[in-house]
Amino acid sequence: MAATLSTPSARGAKHAEQDRPRGLFRRRAGDHDKAGPVAYVLLAIAAVVSLFPLYWTFVAASNTGERVAQSPPPMVPGGELWTNITTAWDQADMGKALLNSTIVAGCVSLSTVLFSTLAGFAFAKLRFRGRNALLTLVVATMTIPPQLSVIPLYRIVTKLEWGNQLQSVILPSLVAAFGVFFMRQFLSEALPFELIEAARVDGANSLRIIWHVVFPIARPAMAVLGMLVFVQSWNDFFWPFVVLTQQNPTVQVALSAIGGGSGHDINQAVIMTGALVGTLPLLLIFAVLGKHIVGGITSGAVKS
Amino acid sequence: MATHVRAEAPPARPAWRSRLYRFDLKASPYAFIAPFFLCFAAFGLFPLIWTGWLSLHYVDLLKPDVMEWRGFGNYTRLWSNDQFWNALRNTFTIGVISTVPQLLTALGLAHLLNYRMRGRGFFRVAILAPYATSIAAATLVFVQLFNPDYGFINWMLGAVGIHPNWYSDTWPSQIAISTIVTWRWTGYNALIYLAAMQAVPKDLYEAASLDGANRWQQFTRITVPSIRPTILFTIIVSTIGATQLFGEPMLFGGGVGVSGGSAHQFQTLSLYLYELGWPSRQLGRASAVAWTMLLLLLLIGLAQFLITRYRKRNELGA
Repeated sequence: MAATLSTPSARGAKHAEQDRPRGLFRRRAGDHDKAGPVAYVLLAIAAVVSLFPLYWTFVAASNTGERVAQSPPPMVPGGELWTNITTAWDQADMGKALLNSTIVAGCVSLSTVLFSTLAGFAFAKLRFRGRNALLTLVVATMTIPPQLSVIPLYRIVTKLEWGNQLQSVILPSLVAAFGVFFMRQFLSEALPFELIEAARVDGANSLRIIWHVVFPIARPAMAVLGMLVFVQSWNDFFWPFVVLTQQNPTVQVALSAIGGGSGHDINQAVIMTGALVGTLPLLLIFAVLGKHIVGGITSGAVKS
Repeated sequence: MATHVRAEAPPARPAWRSRLYRFDLKASPYAFIAPFFLCFAAFGLFPLIWTGWLSLHYVDLLKPDVMEWRGFGNYTRLWSNDQFWNALRNTFTIGVISTVPQLLTALGLAHLLNYRMRGRGFFRVAILAPYATSIAAATLVFVQLFNPDYGFINWMLGAVGIHPNWYSDTWPSQIAISTIVTWRWTGYNALIYLAAMQAVPKDLYEAASLDGANRWQQFTRITVPSIRPTILFTIIVSTIGATQLFGEPMLFGGGVGVSGGSAHQFQTLSLYLYELGWPSRQLGRASAVAWTMLLLLLLIGLAQFLITRYRKRNELGA
């Protein structure tokens, strides 16, 4: 077997075509991209590592706190899920948190998708002075960490007496440089110039072109961007943590309070229940639309 | 003469329309990009400059209108402070031990996912699933898994006889935090790599495999060089993410929170910024940390730019 593998014939195939290894290790030209058993095993390990913490969250959330704090840890779901959910609901206002997160992530993704499509279309298909410089500027803004604006934003928000209100979380996230870049990449390839020209010849102004030509073509990319922004906004932590309190939290802020004091007296199962409740909505979206999200990321639209 | 005049003055309505048309053509691009730039100016650029101005003053969180000029005092004080250097070092080490394994694993996974196989869709969605979890949820889960007394990880490691304390020791706690980051982002990066790999022409591989190149050689000689721009892009994005690390170390610290562990063993720059600005109420000093972060990012960006240029020049010279 080893001899078959190490014969120099494969390397010297050009000189001795008939010496190429046969049988199990024979390679035909079309086989080069077919997965071998090693690839399956490695990917299975990766899938287990990725999914296990999610599974275990469910296990912990459905057992009692005492059971979770024992060694060895529980491996199978228990029957306490409902009790833990009610406790988590009492400890942190999970209902309000879920509603708030939905409102925030919904507004943020709607506005980001709309503005990104407009700007992405302009950068991809319209000629104007300073286009390249402005596009570079858009990309450059991606590198600025949010920490750099937090302190003044906090002052503005408190001065407007918007502390603890959702608009203070929504407004700073209305646009995203990533979204503009994403839509530009997509529309550069997906939208032919001829279509815009034809619409112009027919007398359509820019707004009509946006509505009747750009939006229909951009719809798949808009959907993917919307989902990516929704996930990002739902999971955003730093700024909501600074500006919101437990009276009006997003899911992440509520979770930070549940897990805040991880002393021994705290019911670990309830903490895990909070994590489960906070993650479940997105996991459900993923279970339903996962293929499309993956397709969107791999379609090449995110490529640099 | 008369005919000439008539030709020069077309009917009024079309003239008005064509001027409108030209105005639309000229102005609408700016109208379309305006929302982005207006929002960025209001919520990004203006606060950024304001932060710079604040960093030159003494400002109390509770009396923000009273500003005392300090010049560069906040900065000199910061740079002579051990806790700042500790936070900077932690940000760097956590950044390295989370970014490097993350991107290498992502590259390998992308390569595997690029094969023709059964269940490809399942594997892709499965490795992306951690991306759907939040910092808060993921950290809470890993705090449990890393628990030194009853956590799943020590229960497994106990079989080989080691019991690291993932909370109190410096390296274990930093590795634990890096694990959370790596877990959440590896799949996402793998899919970005996969997108780039799918654009690599298939006949390159066909030719290589006919020439007898094995899969490892194909990977290192064809795949990696072909997607180098994407790799650079992910390195930059992960570096930026690593400098901002906040939620993971903060929630990993549990009750201790922003101090980043009992001996600040995993306090990052962002945590230090928050500790100065809110619990310590010193907005001026916190602003100085923020601007130091910007300075660092600029330095990293410059270094990356110089390295790419150096490599390009070397390749051309060779």
